[in-house]
Amino acid sequence: MRQILLGNEAVARGAYEAGVKVISSYPGTPSTEITEAAAQYERIHCEWATNEKVGAEVAIGASIRGARAMTCMKHVGLNVAADPLFTASYTGIGGGLVFVVADDPGMHSSQNEQDSRHYARAAKLPILEPSDSAECKSFVIKAFELSEKYDTPVLVRLQTRVAHSRSITELSDPSDILVKPYTKDMAKYVMMPAMAVKRHVLVEKRTEAIANDSSDPSTGVGLHEEIDGSSDLGIITSGAAYQYVREALPDASVLKLGLIWPLPEALIRSFSKKVKRLVVVEELDPFLENEILTMGIACEGKSLFSLNGEYSTAMLRAALAPDTVTTSAVSKDSLVTAPGRPPVMCAGCPHKGLFMALSRLKAQVMGDIGCYTLGALPPTSAMDACVCMGASIGMAHGFDKATDASDSKKTVAVIGDSTFLHSGITNLINAVYNGSSITVIILDNSITGMTGHQQNASTGMDIRLNPAPAVSLEALCESVGVRSVRVIDPVDTKEAQRVIKEELEKPFVSVIIARRPCALIPTGKGPRGKFAVVDKDKCTTCGQCIRIMCPALTAGPDKKPVIDPETCNSCGLCVNVCAFGALSIGEVK
Amino acid sequence: MAEQDMNTPSDSKCMSIVLAGVGGQGTLVAGKLLGTIAMKTGLDVKVSEVHGMSQRGGSVITYVRMGCKVFSPIIDEGTADYCLCFESLEALRWASLLRKGGTMIISNEKIRPLPVLLGKEQYPEGIADTIKEAVGDRARIVEINAKDAAISVGSAKAVNIVMLGALSVNTNISESVWEESIRETFAGKPKMIPMNLEAFRIGRDLAR
Repeated sequence: MRQILLGNEAVARGAYEAGVKVISSYPGTPSTEITEAAAQYERIHCEWATNEKVGAEVAIGASIRGARAMTCMKHVGLNVAADPLFTASYTGIGGGLVFVVADDPGMHSSQNEQDSRHYARAAKLPILEPSDSAECKSFVIKAFELSEKYDTPVLVRLQTRVAHSRSITELSDPSDILVKPYTKDMAKYVMMPAMAVKRHVLVEKRTEAIANDSSDPSTGVGLHEEIDGSSDLGIITSGAAYQYVREALPDASVLKLGLIWPLPEALIRSFSKKVKRLVVVEELDPFLENEILTMGIACEGKSLFSLNGEYSTAMLRAALAPDTVTTSAVSKDSLVTAPGRPPVMCAGCPHKGLFMALSRLKAQVMGDIGCYTLGALPPTSAMDACVCMGASIGMAHGFDKATDASDSKKTVAVIGDSTFLHSGITNLINAVYNGSSITVIILDNSITGMTGHQQNASTGMDIRLNPAPAVSLEALCESVGVRSVRVIDPVDTKEAQRVIKEELEKPFVSVIIARRPCALIPTGKGPRGKFAVVDKDKCTTCGQCIRIMCPALTAGPDKKPVIDPETCNSCGLCVNVCAFGALSIGEVK
Repeated sequence: MAEQDMNTPSDSKCMSIVLAGVGGQGTLVAGKLLGTIAMKTGLDVKVSEVHGMSQRGGSVITYVRMGCKVFSPIIDEGTADYCLCFESLEALRWASLLRKGGTMIISNEKIRPLPVLLGKEQYPEGIADTIKEAVGDRARIVEINAKDAAISVGSAKAVNIVMLGALSVNTNISESVWEESIRETFAGKPKMIPMNLEAFRIGRDLAR
């Protein structure tokens, strides 16, 4: 049967057909839908892990026990999971073990543009790179085969354009889930120096064997594809870039690499001899190019193309086939520039009121990763720094310790419920232990919002929405020694401001839990038929309600608010900010 | 219309459709539906989406390409056969994707972005006319009011299906394939099928 699948759904399908038993992941764009789609297959144990390191370790454990296991993450998630990754390379596997990592060239939804291929080389692991949904499925199945053939974890690298593109995929019947009998093997699985020294030797031999087999098409290891074309131009490429190459340069000879580490040197060498000009087309870093140059093979790459962002057919045409560049029906220059449309917090978003309070207090705010990073944008602009998952609390503590006693300004950390559980807890323990005086605000919207509403350990539901134990954030904070833990409703922005101000005065770590469900989940939706209504007689056009920047509330020609009942969530934030009683929650006639 | 107009994809060429709008307008569902249509017509297809941060009321764009063999999932400047713009400002933003001889369908809904709400920038007036003037006879620009049409059938959320209705009269893909795909797309919510079929029909009328 043929079906249109998202790249991520095809990865999940591949895992299902390969007989995977355990998948443990933390959500992260553009990888989230893999584990969500896998959860549709009931026979797979799927779970949201508290973070990527945990997800990886769960998968490693399942593999050692003898089952096929997988963990999926976005590129920055692999940084979190890097510790187990490097040593799992030494232990090797029991059942097939696959790490899926989704890079985000162009940073559609990421804080950096790192190239995860470097991890494969650094951790001495094979890495496969599919270029469409059909390959997402077949490469994942191959990844499990390679994992078991060579006793190694295998990486599968996606890019946003592969993970988030739909294309036609042939479905097959799934293999049975087979769990190998377990035998204790300390020399293989207990990594202390005496054992690890011996394992390292095997790792180096393994890489050499894979590289050799990858050059030999008869082994079926490399999944490389050679397209015979003109001898004037030869392209070496892989992944998303392959599609642009075929579109822009239909006449070129192409060597499409499937297994992109370790590289098939003999194959690359023989391809290079067939063409007069050799160009490497790869997004982000010159990973392939530098390796090919090291082989002593002349090629071009980053001298023609950027280190930044996504590539395109047009970019390739401009560089290598300029006479095929198309012109638009209308050029950008002949039109006025459209004002930008940055993402905004939704109507009814609980983060809005909280950031308005922080903005009025002119607080120093260390931010974190989630929808609430939008608090850095106007009109609140209430954020000083944001680096990575869980960093807000540690950065606030460092900021606090670097502040002279004469400086009365205190520091706030803002962190979401899921991000706090991901990697905020260890930072909170550290701040309490080391005598910080910061105020930590946990934005508890009862869901992992930014990535599209995944459950987490504090929401009371598991990945399949079955009931699950819920962490009490209050009890957790108290148990690590936080002396002041208070809960507020962020929509009551004045009360939020008062409480934050009080807590900032305290000379020790305090935690404020700003609790209200995300407006996009069932528990966060306002009552049916209720909307904010405007009493135009009372409105003085002061503009306070407009400053909320609520998508449901705009200024009419008379500068008085106009509510869109289709969008309004009746949260009441606009009602709370109006000093003249011109707004109330009522029913629209 | 220019002679190189193409209503159905041929062996040598893909049909490229851009869906441009604002997060929450239903462009993702429209893209999926076009994917279903391509499958039913026996064509290869790629639908490229944007998830995550950009969906939070930001500018979103979905690319659909169908044909005998589709390589690139994205549509470059000057290569879109059709641009379906769910919002006026997004039409202006993505107009240069349209190829010579292409067709742009603009819904005249205005969703004001943050810089406009903050009073830092102006929402340009008469966007469809501006584009028409700049395009001249190099492409066709169709302006419709998809939001009012959607509300008239019972839900502003049906804007995406109104837009697909408007697209459908510009292609040679048979009406029954469109309707079948709508039924399949909403198979999980059967109550929504009649409403969406009506939205589709109104979209067809508006673009004729």
